[in-house]
Amino acid sequence: MMNWTHHLIIAPILIPLAAAAILLFIDERSRATKAMISLCSVLLMGAAALILLRIESGPNDFDGVYLLGNWAAPFGIVLVLDELSALMLLLTALLAAAALVFSFARWHTIGAHFHSMFQVLLMGVNGAFLTGDLFNLFVFFEVMLAASYGLLLHGSGPLRVKAGMHYIAINLAAALLFLIGVSLIYGTAGTLNMADLAARIPEIEPDRRMLMEAGAGVLGIAFLIKAGMWPLCFWLPTAYSAAAAPVAGVFAILSKLGIYVILRLTMLLFSDGPAAGFGASVLLYGGLVTVIFGTVGVLASQALGRVAGYSVLVSSGTLLMVLGINDNAISSGALLYLVSSTLTIGAFFMLIELVERGQDAGAAVLAVTMEAYGDAEEGEPDQTEGVTMPGTMAILGICFAACAILLSGLPPLSGFISKFAMLSAMMGTGAIGVPPTASVWALIILVILSGVAALISMTRAGIRTFWSSIEGTVPRVLVIEVMPVLFLLGLTLLLTVQAGPAMRYMDRTIQSLSNPTVYIEAVRNAIVVGAEKGKAD
Amino acid sequence: MEIILSIAIGVMTSCGVWLILRPRTYQVVIGLSLLSYAVNLFIFGVGGVKTNVPPILNDSIATSSLADPVPQALVLTAIVIGFATTALFLVVLLASRGLTGTDHVDGRNDPR
Repeated sequence: MMNWTHHLIIAPILIPLAAAAILLFIDERSRATKAMISLCSVLLMGAAALILLRIESGPNDFDGVYLLGNWAAPFGIVLVLDELSALMLLLTALLAAAALVFSFARWHTIGAHFHSMFQVLLMGVNGAFLTGDLFNLFVFFEVMLAASYGLLLHGSGPLRVKAGMHYIAINLAAALLFLIGVSLIYGTAGTLNMADLAARIPEIEPDRRMLMEAGAGVLGIAFLIKAGMWPLCFWLPTAYSAAAAPVAGVFAILSKLGIYVILRLTMLLFSDGPAAGFGASVLLYGGLVTVIFGTVGVLASQALGRVAGYSVLVSSGTLLMVLGINDNAISSGALLYLVSSTLTIGAFFMLIELVERGQDAGAAVLAVTMEAYGDAEEGEPDQTEGVTMPGTMAILGICFAACAILLSGLPPLSGFISKFAMLSAMMGTGAIGVPPTASVWALIILVILSGVAALISMTRAGIRTFWSSIEGTVPRVLVIEVMPVLFLLGLTLLLTVQAGPAMRYMDRTIQSLSNPTVYIEAVRNAIVVGAEKGKAD
Repeated sequence: MEIILSIAIGVMTSCGVWLILRPRTYQVVIGLSLLSYAVNLFIFGVGGVKTNVPPILNDSIATSSLADPVPQALVLTAIVIGFATTALFLVVLLASRGLTGTDHVDGRNDPR
């Protein structure tokens, strides 16, 4: 029963942890070695995530509960792998691989310990996706945040330090809210294990349940800050657009981590029983305002980095609204949207740096808002040797157009497929449809409008960058920098071609999420190793 | 005892919230520290306020007169993490001071 695939559950945490530790001992000057170790770690992580996803999507009933320290579930700490966490692990690994290869061109050379921080970030993210325990979630969240502070400041410069300072202050305050929420939940329910908590909620008497719900609300705010729900999102576009390109690319998964935790906790704790539907209206209306705010931001931004930052908000807002509606058919479309938009935004952040490299300060002044954000050239690394990309403008233009199509949700790429999956479920077409209510209509309108806004904004930026560029200089772009962008866009293409299997997987994921009893029973009944063998061991 | 503890948490939280809304980075750091003290006390209080009782199970002691060990373990983790992140924030504060020449949170010279 305990074969090697079961131990693979912990691999996405251990691999980056070991790599980060090894990387600390290697001198900063031996960059090639560091880069290789880092890349090996991400590839191994990706392989582990792929195997786990294949197991999860397979027919057999895989035991995804991993008891750390071999203590039975409510007392010991558990890792739980299910369809959703396997999907998020693979998404993280893919995005990380692209961002890491992108950084090899020059970004990893502009500061110390880039690779260690990158690995620790991945460890935190993977841990948060895998953990089945609220306090462990806090610890992994803090690990991830501590690494992200360092990565945001990577490359230094006044702009990054300023954005980094705001980012750190906000996240420290959010961490305190997280702790208040966790301790309130512990004080009322007497457990921190998510499965045990879900099982105990019906047993809590009503007056204490209010306290528990207050705790869950405070906890939720911490994740909504991370996901960027309005009015907790003003830090996000500045921080993301100030970060170095590969860092911003990998940060695209961090806001999805907030969404993931909210999805996990609402589906597990508040899907049925006396506390059912807790916080749904907050998510719905909060998401609604976030989409509006993001859409206005996308339209108003002149700098491409900020367009991408606001696109993160649009994507988060859409997902939050869907979580608020909490309908299975819409949610599985939204999961596809989550994957597609994460890949798109990751690719877009990296592409922006390549496109804007060609523009000098004179062209940048034309962008009205540019000067408000300081001198973007600070902290840029020097050009390094490497293979220059042939036909640079053509390839960058195609990538840019693909990003525009994906962000606005036009056919034929996966942005369209995922939005179509959501919209068709909302409009009640097909066998899985639901009759649309007022809030669903609002969501339909906003999804379409935000797509239009993205299209307008991207078209305007594209014309300014590629057709009416004053200088006409071609940026010097290396092959190694374009490959990751093409890789991520290629993945969205794969998602388009394989939309059927992908959609089936998402359906399955939502099915198992909406039936939390399986999860709860799996964790509660997890067998300690050696328990059957007794003293013979 | 509970009253004193809750007043202490309340006073520290309100001071902390006021301080993190101030324009000077040093005030923000002190505010965050105060908030984290308040939160640590809060976590500690969640386990129930008891004096002179052990947190470790022992045959001679009735389970009803035991202190809950979990909040104590949680608060230890929270203290360590809070400590590390505050130290990191101080480094960023110094970097910002060096780069902008002012300790305003937005890097402005304007005293407001």
